[in-house]
Amino acid sequence: MKRNAQDMTLSARRISRRALIAGGGQLAFGALLFARMRHLQVDQADEFLLLAEENRIKVRLIAPARGVIYDRNGVPLASNEQIYRVSMIREDADDVPAVIGHLRSLVRLDEEELQRALREMDRRPHQAVTLADRLSWEELSAIAVNVPALPGITPEVGLSRAYPLGQDYAHVIGYVGRVSERDIAEAEEVDPLLQTPQFQIGKIGTERQLEDVLRGRAGARRVEQNAAGRIMRELDRTESGKGADVQLTLDAGLQNFTQARLGQESASAVVMDVRNGDILAAVSSPSYDPNLFVEGISVPDYARLRDNDHRPLHNKIVQGLYPPGSTFKLVTLLAALEAGEIGTNETVYCGGYTTISNRRFHCWKRGGHGRVDIAGSLRESCDVFYYEMAQRAGIDRIAAMARKLGLGVRHDIEMSSVSEGLIPDRAWKRTNRGEEWMIGDSLNASIGQGFVLASPLQLAVMTARVASGLDVSPRLVRTIGGVAQPSGVAGPLDLPRSWLDGARNGMYEVVNASGGTAGRSRFDLDGIKWAGKTGTSQVRNITAAERARGVSRNEDLPWERRDHALFVGYAPYDDPQYAVSVVVEHGGGGSAVAAPAARDIMLYALSGGVPPLDAYPDSQRGEIEERLSTLDLDPSVARSGGTTKA
Amino acid sequence: MSYLEYNVARTPAGLRKVLAMHWALVLLICAVAAIGFLVLYSVAGGDWRWVAPQMQRFLLGLAVMFTVGMIPIWFWRNVSALFYALTLVLLVAVELIGSTGGGAQRWIELGFMRLQPSELMKVTLVMMLAAYYDWLPATKVSRPQWVVVPLVIILLPTLLVLKQPDLGTSILLIAGGGAVMFLAGVHWAYFATVIAAGAGLVTAVLQSRGTPWQLIKDYQFRRIDTFLDPDSDPLGAGYHITQSKIALGSGGWTGKGYLQGTQARLNFLPEKHTDFIFTTLAEEFGLIGGISLLTLYLLIVAFCIVSALRMKDRFSALVTLGIAVAFFLFFAVNMSMVMGMAPVVGVPLPLVSYGGSAMLVLMLAFGLVQSAHVHRPRAQGEGRILRR
Repeated sequence: MKRNAQDMTLSARRISRRALIAGGGQLAFGALLFARMRHLQVDQADEFLLLAEENRIKVRLIAPARGVIYDRNGVPLASNEQIYRVSMIREDADDVPAVIGHLRSLVRLDEEELQRALREMDRRPHQAVTLADRLSWEELSAIAVNVPALPGITPEVGLSRAYPLGQDYAHVIGYVGRVSERDIAEAEEVDPLLQTPQFQIGKIGTERQLEDVLRGRAGARRVEQNAAGRIMRELDRTESGKGADVQLTLDAGLQNFTQARLGQESASAVVMDVRNGDILAAVSSPSYDPNLFVEGISVPDYARLRDNDHRPLHNKIVQGLYPPGSTFKLVTLLAALEAGEIGTNETVYCGGYTTISNRRFHCWKRGGHGRVDIAGSLRESCDVFYYEMAQRAGIDRIAAMARKLGLGVRHDIEMSSVSEGLIPDRAWKRTNRGEEWMIGDSLNASIGQGFVLASPLQLAVMTARVASGLDVSPRLVRTIGGVAQPSGVAGPLDLPRSWLDGARNGMYEVVNASGGTAGRSRFDLDGIKWAGKTGTSQVRNITAAERARGVSRNEDLPWERRDHALFVGYAPYDDPQYAVSVVVEHGGGGSAVAAPAARDIMLYALSGGVPPLDAYPDSQRGEIEERLSTLDLDPSVARSGGTTKA
Repeated sequence: MSYLEYNVARTPAGLRKVLAMHWALVLLICAVAAIGFLVLYSVAGGDWRWVAPQMQRFLLGLAVMFTVGMIPIWFWRNVSALFYALTLVLLVAVELIGSTGGGAQRWIELGFMRLQPSELMKVTLVMMLAAYYDWLPATKVSRPQWVVVPLVIILLPTLLVLKQPDLGTSILLIAGGGAVMFLAGVHWAYFATVIAAGAGLVTAVLQSRGTPWQLIKDYQFRRIDTFLDPDSDPLGAGYHITQSKIALGSGGWTGKGYLQGTQARLNFLPEKHTDFIFTTLAEEFGLIGGISLLTLYLLIVAFCIVSALRMKDRFSALVTLGIAVAFFLFFAVNMSMVMGMAPVVGVPLPLVSYGGSAMLVLMLAFGLVQSAHVHRPRAQGEGRILRR
């Protein structure tokens, strides 16, 4: 069939026309594609390039090593130890249950931790997940040897905080722990380091107070990651900056001795250098092992600490507040001297009590002390003398003197829960009790009872100021990153030497004169002697019924109702270097319990080691030798004494 | 040999046909395929695992193209209806015996390759329509009863493909078939009506969502949502298009360099070796690379059109033009899709995306173009050297 020529011509023309139209349309659409391509690749290129980089580049932090805390002689108190852990990348393990089973035959695996790890692996199959922490070297070696048979398993070495001297520093240095939600909420500026797994943050004590300097600066690895989160390669790395090392003013030997000397008593002791405020020892007992808290303490262990009636978790050094008892008489005396209400040679008659508004205020000595001068008032701790001083000076002067000596003010040292204590005055009582100040309140306050509350640290500061005549404040940190911290001395105390000498002389007689309340606690270390003041503070009022029954002896009372025993002292008497304060909760009497402990601690500080027996009075040496030999001292820091540093 | 309109005496014969092939077109096709190999090597992370089979298929495809090109175009016209019918049967067959893959029944396992009848239909439909208009006197083209016939020819396979379900191919079949009708000279008014009806259908489809008579599947609805607002779900359904745009955009003018495309290499790109392969090209070679490929594609289309304009018979011209338009639709839809201009419907990038059926069918189609080119009627003196 020959085609109709007309038909052919018609269709050829028509098809050509339509083909050109179609071609034009295609070209136009091609131009549209070009325009779109140009828009995406040129106009929006920067934006998309950024998104592509965000896709692939992830920053992994490198945790810095935490600064080490040393004592004043360079003994490490808080350091970083290597810990061994094992992690697994699920994607690299062909048969996860088989690998875990094999691993289980080599090391113990905590079931709970394992389940958590398995869940984590489901979410991130390309990332390393920790299976077990704190393995022993033997366990790690066993894994390392078997790595070829354990696909996906990697043995790792990390750093964790360790406290080699354990319980000696639980209250001062505190401890670190895993970062909690609260830590993040409390942080002013959230350091991305806090989000890294296994990161440790200071929880309490110096570890917390100096967190900023100890933590260091995070390093970073920029890595390329694929869509599934697997790291393909490392692009670059900034090394982390180690945290600053911190040197404390503490002396590890003295701290250890003091802790051991207080034993299991519910007690606290502070030793301070009166010349610069350095805290040489600060102990709260009983203590606990801070290492337990680093990885999270077990519930039974924690319950045992929490429920102990001697409150090991309580930081008695700065947080424990006690009526200072007769140790406060130093304050009342200086207030009366400042007020000009007593001459240095004046005496007061003690008949055993003072009557004010038909109410009798008793001296501890029922029969009275007779005529008492300043030295005698301290030596025999006559209450009536101070009732008189309180009436003459008035509470506001006493309160002002107390603050001048460092009571009722917060000393800013790098420990947690540092308390202000309480020095009452008229304004305080009106505000807080809604009552007017009564003369009886003054009398109670004059002998450190009533509303007055002070911490062992404050008592040490008070003693140091009286002993040195300097306005000295406690200092716990000696250097940070090698930079010396300012001394604790702000200047002279602005009290005439004669007044201070009056108080010091009285304190000397407390220990060294016949009839002194701490006469049994004297010492003579190659001619060096000391001075101090005892205190016994009531934690209860003796009821009329008890008085009738004759129950007034401490030993007859249950422990928690016995009096607190206190002692403050300094040495050497003629050239003061160290001040010490000791508080033994419910210890009975300051002279019987606190003063002997204070003496042992002071002698250790003076002699630079376990006190030499010949410093003690002859009659006590046998008993002392036995006591000192039974102390549980840490051999790594213990020093034998006998040499006089003073 | 009853088609006397072909001046057989003036067409080359025997192996001389090889010399008469449209070699410019062959070179362009090879250039595009080479770009494909380059990119496949890169998306495999510098590995031959996709390139090697793709090269084998391309060589096979070249053989197919030359073989088809050697066979006279009038033979192809004669078998068009038969091929169309066979492809329809195959489409029905995948419904019945086809393996299920990717939620859709699309191929028949032939042992050495997987045959996708829907791919084949892209070519046989164009052949069928071209043959129809070749048979139909030009004056009857726009009469309603003669418009209904090609509509049926188009819709029959389209519905079968839509049922698989393969939305991308369905759209290509309708668009490709419609293009042949347009090229054949069907009156404008019909297209205006269809476009209006299409708009109505889209409205109906969108309205049907969530009703018992819902017309398309949920995942297709989600793709539409994602297309309209990819940022609404950047990690879910919008992930593909978001990552695709990031890859493209981050390429900039000159790209990140060969084998340096992070989006593909780190697996952020989905379907990186198939539907989304263009993004890797654009990421690694930038705007320059993208435009180069686009230009090559447009040149292929242009060469086909120019070749068609010199053909005097309707079948040759319509097959060539129809294949040119279909080819244009393939890459235009794919590029629009990866650049966020069209919903993600699963259309591969022709000659570049990894895949057997699409490559072979496309080479078969270009074989038809070559056959039409080789066997075109020649004026006096034209192509003398080709004659004995």
